[in-house]
Amino acid sequence: MSTSLEKQRARDGWLLSAPALVLLVFAAAGPLLIVATYAFLTPGDYSGVVWDFTLKAWFQVLFERDIFDDSISMADAHLSIFWRSIRLSLLTTILTFLFGLPTAWFIATRPAKQRAAWLFLITIPFWTNLLIRTFAIMEVIRYDGLLNKALLGIGLIETPLRIMYTDTAVLIGMTYVYLPLMVLPMFAAIDRLDIRLIEASYDLYATRLKVLTKIILPIVRPGIIAGSILVFVPSIGAYVTPRVLGGGKKMMVGNFIELQFGAGRNWPLGAALSLILLLIVSVALIFYVRVSTRSDSDG
Amino acid sequence: MIEISKVSKVFGSGDAAVAALKDVDATIQENEFFTLLGPSGCGKTTLLRLIAGFDHPTGGTIRLAGDDITYLPPNKRPVNTVFQNYALFPHMTVAGNIAFGLEMLGQSKTQIAETVDKMLDLVQMQALRNRYTTEISGGQQQRVALARALAPQPKVLLLDEPLSALDLKLRKEMQIELKRLQSETGITFVFVTHDQEEALTMSDRIAVMRDGHILQVGSPRDIYNHPVDRFVADFIGETNFLTARVAGKKVKLTSGDVIAAGDVSRHGEGAEVTVAVRPEQVRIGEAGAKGGIAATVNQTVYFGTDTHIHLKLGDGSDLVARLQSPPSGESGLSQGAAVSVQFTDGAVQVLES
Repeated sequence: MSTSLEKQRARDGWLLSAPALVLLVFAAAGPLLIVATYAFLTPGDYSGVVWDFTLKAWFQVLFERDIFDDSISMADAHLSIFWRSIRLSLLTTILTFLFGLPTAWFIATRPAKQRAAWLFLITIPFWTNLLIRTFAIMEVIRYDGLLNKALLGIGLIETPLRIMYTDTAVLIGMTYVYLPLMVLPMFAAIDRLDIRLIEASYDLYATRLKVLTKIILPIVRPGIIAGSILVFVPSIGAYVTPRVLGGGKKMMVGNFIELQFGAGRNWPLGAALSLILLLIVSVALIFYVRVSTRSDSDG
Repeated sequence: MIEISKVSKVFGSGDAAVAALKDVDATIQENEFFTLLGPSGCGKTTLLRLIAGFDHPTGGTIRLAGDDITYLPPNKRPVNTVFQNYALFPHMTVAGNIAFGLEMLGQSKTQIAETVDKMLDLVQMQALRNRYTTEISGGQQQRVALARALAPQPKVLLLDEPLSALDLKLRKEMQIELKRLQSETGITFVFVTHDQEEALTMSDRIAVMRDGHILQVGSPRDIYNHPVDRFVADFIGETNFLTARVAGKKVKLTSGDVIAAGDVSRHGEGAEVTVAVRPEQVRIGEAGAKGGIAATVNQTVYFGTDTHIHLKLGDGSDLVARLQSPPSGESGLSQGAAVSVQFTDGAVQVLES
């Protein structure tokens, strides 16, 4: 009796998890397998791939062959795109943290009734199309935009700042777009923070700075880590924001990959770049996990 | 040691203003185990938080060893707190928690290690020093909270209902433990509780509070045996209240019986007063005994060590007597039995009516 019941249970278990399995296979594993395969094929003449195994795409990621004398050199442009992506994503993460911590703290310390309203305000941008939000930021930072008008108005600058189509523009845009992703997990962590721990440390002679560094930050650390991952991962693969605010010149990996699948007509290179991006994100995630578990064990 | 003078605290403003403390005066002596006792909302925790520095009074001053500390922040006061639910730092070990205050004071590593070691011995937590505070039991957390607050050797230790989260047996153990720690360290303890038994067993002196006022300050014996009013008498232990009129140097109960009572000289002849007598001071004798008050047994309730006898006097007023249970457990007093009641000499207190 019991064994047939167990078998039944096992079968039910598979049946119940079937939707998730189907989703995993078709939405995650399948596409990833296709990308991984394409990275080792030869580009077709107009687009697509020819089923001809080669490592050329991987070679192209790092090196370029001179069309006249066939000499091989490092593909500096590719490396600088990767470097810019990593640098801008890290800076975005840091900036969203610096703006997000006080914001999350402010919301978490409001009376319970007001909190929902503040959280709603934070999430409002999510209801708006990313493209529209990015154009809105453009209105603010462009040559004759709001920011320049304001700065000129109060006499802080004499000539308008050229922010558009620079790394700074991309950074401002991404910080704005991804800020809620930092605020929400940090809010959740601060909300759970027992206010008496702060009183206890203050009672035990901690200065305000020590209360922050010794008590608040270590305890809300899981929220900071979650927020950092949520901001860093989409930042490094960002496409719309760098496209609109960085113009064609200040490309990030996302734009570069799109180029290969579009005008570049080099799908294998695009696929290889995607896999490298995946690798960077995975390394970042493993690093975060290491950092968070280490802090748990040495206190 | 601590002088609290004319301290008041109002929370909120305008129509929503709530006065938590109203012109409270108190002096706490050095090396004293001082207890603030009262029902919830009486202002005892507010007063403790003012001494700790978490809040500041709306009026009045608090002095510690002669210095005005009224508006000093908590980290500038030689006062440490044991919180109701301990508030241990979850990201630190037992030893890390105890060391925290010492580190913040900037003591040297060797000095800190030495003190932490001493504290771990004091609260018998040496074996668990490297555990995280989330991995130890409530009673152990309690000890760590104590050690953490005692480690910086404060002049005053504040304890905010620290035993309320423990089960009865552990609570009794910790009561003795706290008393031991207080006498070993010689630190002034200010203890907040709503548990009158806790207050009676541990305190040198008790301040009974109600509605933002201190009603009475005194030793446990003082408070128990000479409560100033009906509230104090009722809050501390169990008490029988009887209505009476002053008759010479005695009082005449509504049942018509005349009994000896405490000092009635404050009240005029014939004035209505309330007299209080503790159940354990009521003795039950055979009906018709000389000098006894006639009563009938209404109910007997067995409590193990004690048996409570609920009685009715001649005029129908209630009286409870507490007797030590005999070995058989049977008091021998059945419902409806006629008995006579006497009070121990000096046991009847006269309260304001």
